[in-house]
Amino acid sequence: MATVEYNKKEAFVRASLRDSIPRYKALLIRLCAVVISLIICAFLIYSITKINPLKVYQAMFEGAFGSVRRSWITVRDTMMLLCIAVGLAPAFKMKFWNTGAEGQILVGGITTAACMIYLKSLPTWLLFICMIVSSCVAGALWGLLPAFFKAKWNTNEILFTLMMNYVAIQLTSFFVALWENPYGSNTVGVINQTGHEGWLGYMFGDNMLFGQEYSLNVIIVMTLTVLMFVYLKYSKHGYEIAVIGDSQNTARYSGISVNKVIIRTMLISGAVCGLSGFLAVSGASHTISTSTAGGRGFTAIIVAWLAKFNTFTMIAISVLIVFLEKGAVEIASQYNLNDYVSSMITGIILFFILGSEFFIRYKLIFRKRNKEVQ
Amino acid sequence: MNNDVAVSMQNITKAFGTKVVANDDVSLDVKKGEILALLGENGSGKTTLMNMLSGIYHPDSGKIFVNSQEAVIRSPKDAYDLGIGMIHQHFKLVDIFTATENIALGMKKDVSGSNKEIAKGIKDICDRYGFDVDPNQKVYNMSVSQKQTLEIVKTLYRGANILILDEPTAVLTPQETEKLFSVLINMKKDGKSIIIITHKLNEVLAISDRVSILRKGKYICTIDTKEATVMSLTEAMVGQKVELNIERNNVKNKEERLIIEHLTCLNKYGTKALDDVTFTAYGGEILGIAGISGSGQKELLESISGLHPAEEGSSVIYVKPETKEKTQLIGKTVKQIRDLGVAMSFVPEDRLGMGLVATMGMADNMMLKSYKDNRFMFTSRRDSRKLAEKKKEELEVVTPSIYTAVKKLSGGNVQKVLVGREISSDPNLFLAAYAVRGLDINTSYTIYNLLNERKENGCAVIYVGEDLDVLLALCDRIIVLCAGKLNGIVDARTATKEEIGMMMTHLNEEGEEDGNS
Repeated sequence: MATVEYNKKEAFVRASLRDSIPRYKALLIRLCAVVISLIICAFLIYSITKINPLKVYQAMFEGAFGSVRRSWITVRDTMMLLCIAVGLAPAFKMKFWNTGAEGQILVGGITTAACMIYLKSLPTWLLFICMIVSSCVAGALWGLLPAFFKAKWNTNEILFTLMMNYVAIQLTSFFVALWENPYGSNTVGVINQTGHEGWLGYMFGDNMLFGQEYSLNVIIVMTLTVLMFVYLKYSKHGYEIAVIGDSQNTARYSGISVNKVIIRTMLISGAVCGLSGFLAVSGASHTISTSTAGGRGFTAIIVAWLAKFNTFTMIAISVLIVFLEKGAVEIASQYNLNDYVSSMITGIILFFILGSEFFIRYKLIFRKRNKEVQ
Repeated sequence: MNNDVAVSMQNITKAFGTKVVANDDVSLDVKKGEILALLGENGSGKTTLMNMLSGIYHPDSGKIFVNSQEAVIRSPKDAYDLGIGMIHQHFKLVDIFTATENIALGMKKDVSGSNKEIAKGIKDICDRYGFDVDPNQKVYNMSVSQKQTLEIVKTLYRGANILILDEPTAVLTPQETEKLFSVLINMKKDGKSIIIITHKLNEVLAISDRVSILRKGKYICTIDTKEATVMSLTEAMVGQKVELNIERNNVKNKEERLIIEHLTCLNKYGTKALDDVTFTAYGGEILGIAGISGSGQKELLESISGLHPAEEGSSVIYVKPETKEKTQLIGKTVKQIRDLGVAMSFVPEDRLGMGLVATMGMADNMMLKSYKDNRFMFTSRRDSRKLAEKKKEELEVVTPSIYTAVKKLSGGNVQKVLVGREISSDPNLFLAAYAVRGLDINTSYTIYNLLNERKENGCAVIYVGEDLDVLLALCDRIIVLCAGKLNGIVDARTATKEEIGMMMTHLNEEGEEDGNS
């Protein structure tokens, strides 16, 4: 017969759900996380390289904001990441896990590049309309397919959208081969290098808006950010998305056509991600390759989650992540460190920020010392 | 202690939170080689009590003896080590595994042996008791009854001498039930002790040796089945009538509001959840629906409100009070029904999972059904905020603010928010499922008053309830459902608890014949 001891001792520490937390406190916890992660990184850097960590951090800052040019590159990449995250926001708020941003960016990029190559003789305004519309439509279609299957047969959207990425990558390879320039280089090369047709920065000729190549990127993405915020928070569509995200049963009970909203929302999500493809090709690299998306479709998932789908918070998170990326590359080259060191630093900082969410949601209760029992 | 007692539970008390006492000082003996039926209404604490025996819960106080030795059961594994196994209502099997793999799962390697050995073990058990299990069949290819058989075999294979079955016949056809019973009798002959949780009286009488009855968490009595009758069991189960002081006015201006004819619908397993139900609900009266849970109450309300599809031949006709215009509701969606101007409100059983958006505050929840009323593409927050403030005050909802997520509110306040919203649209057809479940007395009376107010306004109220005292005190007429069939309509002013209790558990002869033809 098995006899079982009854353990009366309380656990040393247990976590309990917080009811609510004042905003400043939550901010403080996050700030602490960043500071602690920087300290730990400093120890790591010193133990491996014996370089003064403060200098390393200074190099990081220089990498991102060291010159006007560098600052604008940082801004450009931030906008790109933000745009994708804004695209993911409606789908994620609906608990539709769109992991297919990579693919949606690529197809948007392909159509943009196609317009730049084949339609460069069109008037500028018409060319841009073609590029923007086609990239949105391509991204939307890439989002529509998994949404349709989800609505109709309840397929798993995570796998479906993920697999659509690989289709998009293959498609991109095909077009890269088709548009190869110069012959044998296995790349498309910079499209329209001489005439700058279809380059977003040169939309108004050589007089760039505010004298900066990327000011239009900023305007487009910031507008989208505001619009998406309003759409999600105040529109009827946004309300429907929030209800479905909470409970599909409640949505059905209230008379919302769940399938319709899923498809509509994924069209929007895909279209914005497709537009990011337009920004990447027309507004940044002026070329197309399989690395045009460059994993940003996945990084944007982190951005969207950390921001809890609030598009304004996404701005800050995007800045942080791009800053880390740029800084890490800089220290890798400046101190001859391996690329992995920079990834490690980024990883540690993100780990702490994500980990701090636990302390925002839960409070720790330590076992009280109880002398009578002992 | 008596040597032929297999399990003895003594003075067991278990509470959830401070309000809900699921078991209050319950004592129970199970003898070796007997079938004990555990009988009680919904929420009487049967399953909780058995969960403590199988290691899922731990009692707050009280002792458990297994084979005359005190035992502390802290996990299902402890229970298995003591030879106790429970077959739950929801099977715990891995769909993509075969029968053998499911049995091997979770067993230590040296115990489980090779698949061949297990297959042989399964065969031995099957031969001994008359089970029919294919060791290589995948679970997803099995019928509900086969899955249940596998669960029993799994429990036996792990060496259980004391088996607990939680409402095993709820999912079975009559033929399958018979087969199960013959197996149970074989197991009893082999010296196993079996506890069967049920609220079907005919089954209790058919198979058990003794029957123990729980009521509202308290132990009532144990009767030898030989001496029990349907009447005596019903009385023990429902108890004496409790006088509730719920005001009930006479029905005024009775007029047809909802005419239901031949309503039939299927559950997700494809069997009939509702079978040819016909009745009429009138404006100005409260119509109660009584029945054991899962007798078709949920499907009834959901098919009226457009959430559950009905079979061909079903008809639900809504009569508009102003114009007497008749509208067929079957085949229409929730939205279509609302657009037709049917002033229907529905308080579903699952408050946070269906009636409300759990993560939103009161304010946003108020516009769940009316968010589209505003012109243009934006919602009107001002209206919902005003309504939320008003309801908060009227119904004394305790919440830090109208923006606090409703899932953080207590059960009673959640229900106030839900009922408050549903009443605010001034419905003339009001459906409510288990509207006072889990609520304290004061909140319950608030809800009764709100329903009575509706009745006075000429609204037709359909109230699905589980507490017979409340149904008898609140309603004007009561419909009793039994296994998806309408088993009778009684006048709530003259009917007795026993009468309704009998109708809930015993399909009348006429109905049974109908079902078989």
